[in-house]
Amino acid sequence: MTAPGSPTPTAAAIAAEVRAGARSARATVDAHLGAIDAAEATIHAFNLVLADSARAAADAIDARVAAGEDPGPLAGVPIALKDNLCTRGVPTTCSSRILEGWRPPYDATVVTRLATAGAVVIGKTNLDEFAMGSSTENSAFGPTRNPRDPERVPGGSSGGSAAAVAAGFAPLALGSDTGGSIRQPAALCGVVGVKPTYGLVSRYGLVAFASSLDQIGPFAGTVGDAALLLEVIAGHDPLDSTSIDQPVPSYTEAVGAGVDGLRVGIVSELMGEGIAPDVRARVEAAAEALAAAGAEVGEASVPAATFGLSAYYLIAPAEASSNLARYDGVRYGLRVDGATTSEMMEASRSAGFGAEVKRRIMLGTYALSAGYYDAFYGKALKVRTLIIADFAAAYERFDVLLSPTTPTTAFRFGEKADDPLAMYLSDVCTIPTNLAGQPAMSVPFGSGADGMPVGVQILAPTLGEVPMLRAAGVLEEAAK
Amino acid sequence: MSAIHGIDGLDDWELVVGLEVHCELATATKLFCGCPNQFGDDPNTNVCPVCLGLPGSLPVLNHQAVELAMRIGRALNCTVHPSVFARKNYFYPDMPKDYQVSQYDQPINADGWLDLPDGSRIGITRAHLEEDTGKNTHAGGSGRIHGADYSLIDYNRAGVPLVEIVSEPDVRSPEQARTYVAELRTILLAIGASDAKMEEGSMRVDANVSVRPHGQAAFGTRCEIKNLNSLRSLVRAIEYEARRQVDLLGTGERIHQETRHWDEEAGRTRAGRSKEEAEDYRYFQEPDLVPVAPGADWLARVEAALPVLPAARRETLAGAAGLAATHPGVVMAVDRGLDDLARGAIAAGADPVRVLTHVEHNLAVEGAETLGAAALAELVGMETGGALTATQAKTVLADMVATGRGPAEIAAERGFEAMDTGALEAIVDEAIAANASEWADYVAASAAGDDKRLKKLTGFFTGKIMQASKGQADGRAVNELLTRKRDGAA
Repeated sequence: MTAPGSPTPTAAAIAAEVRAGARSARATVDAHLGAIDAAEATIHAFNLVLADSARAAADAIDARVAAGEDPGPLAGVPIALKDNLCTRGVPTTCSSRILEGWRPPYDATVVTRLATAGAVVIGKTNLDEFAMGSSTENSAFGPTRNPRDPERVPGGSSGGSAAAVAAGFAPLALGSDTGGSIRQPAALCGVVGVKPTYGLVSRYGLVAFASSLDQIGPFAGTVGDAALLLEVIAGHDPLDSTSIDQPVPSYTEAVGAGVDGLRVGIVSELMGEGIAPDVRARVEAAAEALAAAGAEVGEASVPAATFGLSAYYLIAPAEASSNLARYDGVRYGLRVDGATTSEMMEASRSAGFGAEVKRRIMLGTYALSAGYYDAFYGKALKVRTLIIADFAAAYERFDVLLSPTTPTTAFRFGEKADDPLAMYLSDVCTIPTNLAGQPAMSVPFGSGADGMPVGVQILAPTLGEVPMLRAAGVLEEAAK
Repeated sequence: MSAIHGIDGLDDWELVVGLEVHCELATATKLFCGCPNQFGDDPNTNVCPVCLGLPGSLPVLNHQAVELAMRIGRALNCTVHPSVFARKNYFYPDMPKDYQVSQYDQPINADGWLDLPDGSRIGITRAHLEEDTGKNTHAGGSGRIHGADYSLIDYNRAGVPLVEIVSEPDVRSPEQARTYVAELRTILLAIGASDAKMEEGSMRVDANVSVRPHGQAAFGTRCEIKNLNSLRSLVRAIEYEARRQVDLLGTGERIHQETRHWDEEAGRTRAGRSKEEAEDYRYFQEPDLVPVAPGADWLARVEAALPVLPAARRETLAGAAGLAATHPGVVMAVDRGLDDLARGAIAAGADPVRVLTHVEHNLAVEGAETLGAAALAELVGMETGGALTATQAKTVLADMVATGRGPAEIAAERGFEAMDTGALEAIVDEAIAANASEWADYVAASAAGDDKRLKKLTGFFTGKIMQASKGQADGRAVNELLTRKRDGAA
């Protein structure tokens, strides 16, 4: 079984074969390293390829299988990690100069869980600096290219992870999604991307952008692989106070469960102005496919969703302005000397951060300032409450909601790089979910007029991953 | 009242003080991580990714800290509220995240009070949880932050749990400020919330000081005084600051709201950063933590476990001793946790004043709490019965604490017995004869009313007599004999 558009077998197939002794983890890793060698110069999905440690980890997996042990549900599966996930002793850059030379002394919880499950980390992927962006053009180390068309952006901020899966560099990748940073690049690269419920996956070891919105999630070539990876990384972590303490259901079983009787609502506010007609047509086709499979499809309304973008660009920068304060040159990363401590801090931050990060730090600082707090940050929190209430009302009538993931297919380099507002608009469909703390995912569903992939977004209420994956499984079958 | 109480010369002015007391909680570990909360270890040994604020790390709230904060709140008659943490944002190198996690608009404790031994009541605005910062050492050059060659930072203290106790502006004199802080310290020790050592910085006091003309309802402009490292500094700084403000207002100048630092050596406050240029802390709710909402059963358990507080213990002991609750021996007995011992000895028939004198002056030693009430009562009985002098009793008491043996046994072994008057008089006569010119001086000084010289010479003769009696002479008896001999000589 091969993932559509990808030269590699699925993660599920690799793991099953490795566990059965029918496949060598080492050979699997070597094959993926070969694919990286062949195309990475064009794509630039990675900040760092971990060839040696990946080979060593694969050998260890093979040895365990030979010794009769079971290395776990992701045995021998190569995985790419967004470079804002902490890896012990391995540079973690967030694609920023400010973290130059920093090696975390610890692993993120998801990294530990992957190792326990037998997965093999093959590299750290490129991103918009500190996950701020929608095209991966904001990386300090140069942009990533879309494997479907190298003249186009892969989306962002997890553009490297999306591209790695789309290019067949790894069957799985992890990204982080604060306002759409998993779903938007997944849509633009034609892969599956999942933003889980806030608190379902531990954030411990994810370098924070906006703490109340950030969530780690899977990229995969298939819905089944995404579900498999989510099963491994989900679950309570005492190191994250916002982690949900509840048992994790089987996501892999949900994928094949069908949508008979599932109530699906198309979000009317996300189907109008600003959405390209060819993208809208694919969402309508997806709704028809779900109806044909037994779902009850109707029209849903989430009126406050239209205010999501404005609220997000106050809340996320506000939190970011605080989260990114620690990069001050005192303890780690880049230091540019100055005559006094504060001059050193200023010089380090001026040299270490890129333009978009500085823009958001300034926006956030302003939004929280005395005299402006109520008008900006305070009001944004009220909008957030409204969005949560509107979603709650919609989920009284529907089990899942449907919308485009992005307003358009992948755009060309430079097309929006000089116009921050146009760039911000590419997250208009994904942002409301983050504000509500709910799950959503993007599933490839055909192509647009330009032949580039279109992603359909499935949204679900808090801890609604199971119905979400049921719908995704049906769409994946229908798209074949 | 026509003057600031306790400060001479500030007629017509009223002093208004509010106090902010930071105390480090006596938890095993830090507020948001598992690192030991321990003073005095090698720099940067009690640190981890969380308290160093490394990228990707997240805080997890220490429940022991919450419990101690609740204990403080209830001991100060506060209401315990559901509370949230906030981030206080400012750049400073001893703060690893460049924000401090604190409580802002929803503190865990609010609206309480503290009754002082003199009967006055000081309102408690709030007592909230927050994390401590690291510690900077500026080296080379001037040794201050500006002009030092380099700075070293120790993050062992970063993330240590603090409770900040903010009083209402109810304090009206330097002495009342001292009493408030002393009483607060006694309570913190009694409930096991903090070791409250001002000299080690586990208890830190800032004073908001203003003055206003008597009868004026509005507060004057206040200055916040920092760097108060002892109760003595607190009193001196408030006195100085009150005078400074009254002097300025007297010449028609205005007080600028500012932070001022107490300079102990120079005995004055100096301007720090002014509030006009003060930073905007951009407080917002800490998204990495969830609200703290202690349930009714948890609060009930905390209240049930609260010990009897010092004020009540002073009342009990004062009642048993027939003394005022403000008697220094009573206050000290409670401070030292020796009030049960004192009450036991008094109940066993010992003279209350003698018992409390020993507690106040002779039991500030390690192991004093191991002393038995019956043994202390026996010692005081020997003393009041004339079998031991006060000096001998003190020596015996020290041995009792050190060895755990009884007073009679120790006294016998040391050969302590009250010297009979005849033998003592002989020693006194000998001392006078052997030091004739000093004796003549003594008599002359006494006649001239030269107290200073007389005191010196009394000491001289007492020393000689004590030496000759091998310490067995009773000081009071010696003094009486000397007076009698002088009267005879005159």
